[in-house]
Amino acid sequence: MAEAHGALAEQFEELPQQQEASMLGMWTFLATEILFFGGLFMSYIAYRSIYSQAFAEASKHTIVLFGTINTAILLTSSLTMVLAVHSIQENNVKWTIRHLLLTISLACAFLVLKGFEYRQDLHENLWPGPHFKTGLPPQAQIFWFLYWAMTGLHALHVTVGIAVLSVMAFLAGRGKFSATYYNPIDVTALYWHFVDIVWIFLYPLLYLINRSS
Amino acid sequence: MSSTIIPKKIFIRVWAALLVLLLLTWSLAQLNLGKFNAVAALTIAVAKMLLVILYFMHVRYSSRLTWIFVAAGFIWLVILVDLTLSDYLTRGWVPGVPDKTWEHGVWPAPQKD
Amino acid sequence: MKTATAGPIREAPTASKRRTYFEEGGQTLASWLLTTDHKRIGLLYLFSILFYFAIAAVAAALMRLELITPSGDMVTSDSYNKLFTIHGTLMVWFFLIPSIPAVLGNFVIPMMLGARDVAFPKLNLLSWYLFNLGGLLATYAVAFGGVDTGWTFYTPYSSTYSNSHVITMAAGIFIAGFGTILTGLNFIITIHKLRAPGLTWFRLPLFIWSLYATSVIMVLATPVLAITLALMALERIWGVGVFDPKLGGDPVLFQHLFWFYSHPAVYIMILPGMGVISEVVTCFSRKPIFGYHFVGGASVAIAILGFLVWGHHMFVSSQSIYAGLVFSLLSYLVAVPSAIKVFNWTMTLYRGSISLATPMLYALGFIGLFTIGGLTGLFLAALGLDVHVTDTYFIVAHFHYIMVGGMVTAFMGGLHYWWPKITGRLYPEKLGQLAALIMYIGFNLTFFPQFVVGYLGMPRRYHAYAPEFQIYNVLSSAGASILGAGYLLPLIYFIWSIKHGKKAPPNPWNATGLEWQTPSPPPKHNFEHVPVVDQAPYQYSPEAAEEMVHG
Repeated sequence: MAEAHGALAEQFEELPQQQEASMLGMWTFLATEILFFGGLFMSYIAYRSIYSQAFAEASKHTIVLFGTINTAILLTSSLTMVLAVHSIQENNVKWTIRHLLLTISLACAFLVLKGFEYRQDLHENLWPGPHFKTGLPPQAQIFWFLYWAMTGLHALHVTVGIAVLSVMAFLAGRGKFSATYYNPIDVTALYWHFVDIVWIFLYPLLYLINRSS
Repeated sequence: MSSTIIPKKIFIRVWAALLVLLLLTWSLAQLNLGKFNAVAALTIAVAKMLLVILYFMHVRYSSRLTWIFVAAGFIWLVILVDLTLSDYLTRGWVPGVPDKTWEHGVWPAPQKD
Repeated sequence: MKTATAGPIREAPTASKRRTYFEEGGQTLASWLLTTDHKRIGLLYLFSILFYFAIAAVAAALMRLELITPSGDMVTSDSYNKLFTIHGTLMVWFFLIPSIPAVLGNFVIPMMLGARDVAFPKLNLLSWYLFNLGGLLATYAVAFGGVDTGWTFYTPYSSTYSNSHVITMAAGIFIAGFGTILTGLNFIITIHKLRAPGLTWFRLPLFIWSLYATSVIMVLATPVLAITLALMALERIWGVGVFDPKLGGDPVLFQHLFWFYSHPAVYIMILPGMGVISEVVTCFSRKPIFGYHFVGGASVAIAILGFLVWGHHMFVSSQSIYAGLVFSLLSYLVAVPSAIKVFNWTMTLYRGSISLATPMLYALGFIGLFTIGGLTGLFLAALGLDVHVTDTYFIVAHFHYIMVGGMVTAFMGGLHYWWPKITGRLYPEKLGQLAALIMYIGFNLTFFPQFVVGYLGMPRRYHAYAPEFQIYNVLSSAGASILGAGYLLPLIYFIWSIKHGKKAPPNPWNATGLEWQTPSPPPKHNFEHVPVVDQAPYQYSPEAAEEMVHG
């Protein structure tokens, strides 16, 4: 990534070239993330295709209230994120920082709710292993393993996102960004929306399989 | 990367649409639509994703190169899923036997412990 | 490691002393370890991969020693399992995958593009650190008991039953994998955004096309390996059942995920080699490449088709036979672009003015050996035949023809070709040609008998075998010692050349390409002024070359 001072890095000839390179670089990174999560999605799809009943039963024990509220939180955090970019495009540093802080708060709220949800899941013995909740088919453990792995990896990405957003807010407070240079915020926003999109798919796959019976 | 500044109200509308879609997907899940439940849920998820990508991530206003990069990631995931599923979905096929020789959803026979 | 307080090249003090990248940017250890100069990073990678290559080569030597006699009398079968695992994992992830891209690619790509550096120089340095952090973990796993699962880590052995350092090794590969991803990302953006004015896509050297295709594969395939190894490790740590048949898990799912990466990985390994060959063959035939667009397009086709064939590693795994049919057909298709390249290189040689300099000897060796390796791949793509030879030495010979006969040969060729540019010194040409010949003879003696003995039924990954196979194994082990000599010789004369080799001019081969328009070795910023390109690549003329030679 380019220098945080906003100067043109020496391997580039002009600022737009540097900007485009940063954006394309982040898109490339997001493509790798699609494949990274993709391995987990693939495992989920493969097992759901052969164990559809066990998965449906296992999924009933997810807490759809937490899942739905968390989806709403993340969708809203994407809004505040894009408004942060909008603010810096209009050279409004104050509102850039405010929107960044709002995004961070929503992200933290997501993690807090996730924590309560995890606590509840553990209370019900939904951790795969010898003490797994009785009464469910054995393949339900595969569903629950994937639940922990996928939401855990996602939560890790949310945490990293919070750290990066905090750095952005700090740097913005130091006056590092303006309407002519705000690459890092742009690129962070792309990452944040990606994290949102992963959850957009996790929600129906984990929570909504079999709510009606 | 767009140098055009998209008006705030577009973002607010996209956000509202996303919340409506969330409500829709939750509501549909309460009904028993059989196989269609999964189709509906995934279709709505794809719609939400497209809204986020095209508007929040500015791809609608970005260069063709960006579109290609975005598409590549998804296409490759589709390759992984499709060809792997081609194994899982055809394992039970036996030439000359019209019905599958193992039952979907119950393979191998589950051990009750 | 360059710790000298003066650069390795002592230039006689003159009025106009030119500073190279060895002097500019500092000459302390810290200035090398914290460099963001792509040329220095390329050299850092060279040192690193030589270290891992040495360990893996020792493992191979021990294996070949054991295999001289039919009974398992030198090492136990457990130890032998560890030897081939160490050999495979270190060679694949810590030598072959980084070799051309991270060493030659890092050095040459910005220069070929007329750029000052890659798009993200700090990420470039991070890549090297991630690579070595991963390598540290891998070395630890090797040193403190080894891993015995094979480089393929098949479950449930790796995830449940093995008692070796699986997780440490997997973690090492995981971390090194992120180094690879960042390198690929860097190259992709550099090639898109940092080309000199006038350097359109179809004026790019074919080395760039190959490295671009390689980078796309790196970026799209490696993440799947990462998550797969993570899943395997989680299963090992927490005993969850994602690949465990007892809980309904499917070991074949691991194989799908693993080979989704590992088949394209072999194209990560060979495509850069093909790129080197395109450069060398044109230069030493003094002829523009035959069918530039086809060769460039073939690189892209290999990258794409290479993702569609992974199931050919799983024909006997209980994968659905219908999926097997599809993968078999696609595997035949992926051979086509490689064949196109071989055809085009051959047509470039035809009626060219050929000079048998060392890089060219390696290139010619590559074309022959890669063709043999590739053709045997077609044998393996046939479902029925593969059932017979799978897990035999036929497979071992097949991939060594491509990886060693192809890739390592190309790496040696590229190293010789760009050595004057990298170090400002010429290596001794006669010794170079001798080493190429020794390597070629040693290689064929090592691996050709393996085709035969594999077809006759000798299984791979066994330290004991039926007595009737002994003659082939003896030939193979004899070949291996010759091959070793063939690699040792360049190591010695390259090091010698740094202090004692003749000084190299900017363009010792009279080659086209922007990297030759700058001094040898280059200054830190590569070019005094950003070059402007206005012609097609490879503007060689065999007639002019012949005239120069014969008058």
